[in-house]
Amino acid sequence: MHPVLKLVVQRFALGLLLLLAVSAVIFLGVEALPGDTAQAILGQSATPQALENLREKLGLDQPAVIRYFGWLGGVLQGDLGRALTNDIDIAEAIGQRLGNTLFLAGCAAAISVPLAILLGVVAARFVGRWPDKLISGITLTTISLPEFVAAYFVIYLLTQVFPVFQPVAMVFPGMTFWAKLNAVALPVIVLVLVVLAHMMRMTRAAILNVMQSAYIETAELKGLSPMQVVWRHAFPNAIAPVVSVVMLNLAYLVVGVVVVEVVFSYNALGKYLVDHVTKRDLPVVQAVGLIFAAVYIFLNMAADVISIVANPRLRHPK
Amino acid sequence: MRLPLSAMIGLVLTGAFLFVAVFAHWIAPYPIDMSVGGVWEPPSAQYWLGTDTIGRDIVSRLIYGAQVTIFVALASSILAFSLGSFLGFLAAVRGGWIDQGLSRAVDLVMAVPSLIVALVLLSVLPLNLTVLILVIGILDSTRVFRLSRAVAMDITVMDYVEAAKLRGEKQTWIIFREILPNALSPLVAEFGLRFIFAVLFISTLSFLGLGIQPPLTDWGGMVKENKDGLIYGKAAAMMPAMAIAALAISVNLVADWILSRTSSLKGGRGG
Repeated sequence: MHPVLKLVVQRFALGLLLLLAVSAVIFLGVEALPGDTAQAILGQSATPQALENLREKLGLDQPAVIRYFGWLGGVLQGDLGRALTNDIDIAEAIGQRLGNTLFLAGCAAAISVPLAILLGVVAARFVGRWPDKLISGITLTTISLPEFVAAYFVIYLLTQVFPVFQPVAMVFPGMTFWAKLNAVALPVIVLVLVVLAHMMRMTRAAILNVMQSAYIETAELKGLSPMQVVWRHAFPNAIAPVVSVVMLNLAYLVVGVVVVEVVFSYNALGKYLVDHVTKRDLPVVQAVGLIFAAVYIFLNMAADVISIVANPRLRHPK
Repeated sequence: MRLPLSAMIGLVLTGAFLFVAVFAHWIAPYPIDMSVGGVWEPPSAQYWLGTDTIGRDIVSRLIYGAQVTIFVALASSILAFSLGSFLGFLAAVRGGWIDQGLSRAVDLVMAVPSLIVALVLLSVLPLNLTVLILVIGILDSTRVFRLSRAVAMDITVMDYVEAAKLRGEKQTWIIFREILPNALSPLVAEFGLRFIFAVLFISTLSFLGLGIQPPLTDWGGMVKENKDGLIYGKAAAMMPAMAIAALAISVNLVADWILSRTSSLKGGRGG
């Protein structure tokens, strides 16, 4: 087998193993915590007989390990069980919302990635001068803010001070693509701000790292313009770290999406998760938690694989 | 040596926040839970920042909120620190299966974003201060573990640790008397970053309705209570939002200054 292919397959297997371990923690770890699901549904005033009946109905009288494998088997076949609170099929409910989340995250990624790379390159080109200081200063501020605070600053600025947008993001079936795009403009701006800072700073660092190489000095000495040096010589060599930085920060969107959806009452996966944490609806929380974990692990793995493929030195670990 | 301006601003602001948090009962002009005016009144001489969604004084609630926010953040970052650094040092000193076990467990927790783990946990656990501090502290201790293990790995190969081992000192002596004093300076700067992380985390949880519960309040919860006013142009929710931003930025300024002075080692801040 080709050595690179072998490494990629290895990483992939490792990612799957990690996901399996995470699923066990999400299911068995939560089972081990104090707290009685039947009691949570029926409330404190439930009779012991009612509790007993409900436990039997939910299968809670079986040992946790057996229920874990039952659950895992269901997950692999796309059967995520039913919600405790309203008995709705979880897979169906997720299916309706997944598209909205992907649309939001996709728009944010499509804007933030090129913008972060461009700003990173500009900051690296003018390192230590005012464009660099301006970009770095703004991104340093947004890094220190939690997602929801950044969101309310944007909302206040763009709906009250300069009334350009609607403060609520409503997307429903039958909307045209452009109408949808207009509706998610504000949440997308917030998400872009949240991931842009990390992405831009790491891009800048990756390019500055390359800029110290001897061949950059050669390019400078033969009289190329600074922008040409950055684009033609530094950037191609910085692509590998930049791409892996981009993937890592897209994983960061997973957290951002959850909070931003709640801020804008955007009916999608993250809001679905938070709503059901409040209702203590464990099967829903476990299912959606597993999906978010899977996306996060997959993006991290992709970052790993890309850096291996792009950097031959990593193919021969000592 | 001269203190840079940014660090000075950071120190003064951080100190002011701490002062307000400690003496909240004496400073706050109104009780935490009393409706004293109309709904969402604008700032006035009587209510400096106006009133909130049920007519409570925002300044007073911000002051009490500072107490809860800073207390929870401080308690959980101290927990994260003691737990993370002790286990990190232990893993570095003992090596072998203890190191393997602890490191893989930390890898596992860090493979999923902290917020997602916390949401799963809080769907089962009761919502009270102790649980919140434990959840945030333990999740955050994974980052301290990685840093302190890395720092301790560098120190365990030093001659003075070798000497202590040869004269037959116990492991606790090596951890607390040889490694800890030498690992302290990178860890102190990290403490600031962990504290910010805890502030942001508890604020986010409270904002989602899964953190501090009434009658107590914190800044994240205050944003949640007043967010609906924004649609009508009432800026009440912006006050706690700005308080969170100001605290995070001022502690950041101090931590950056300490980092730039002590060491090149930095822990992760994300997740």
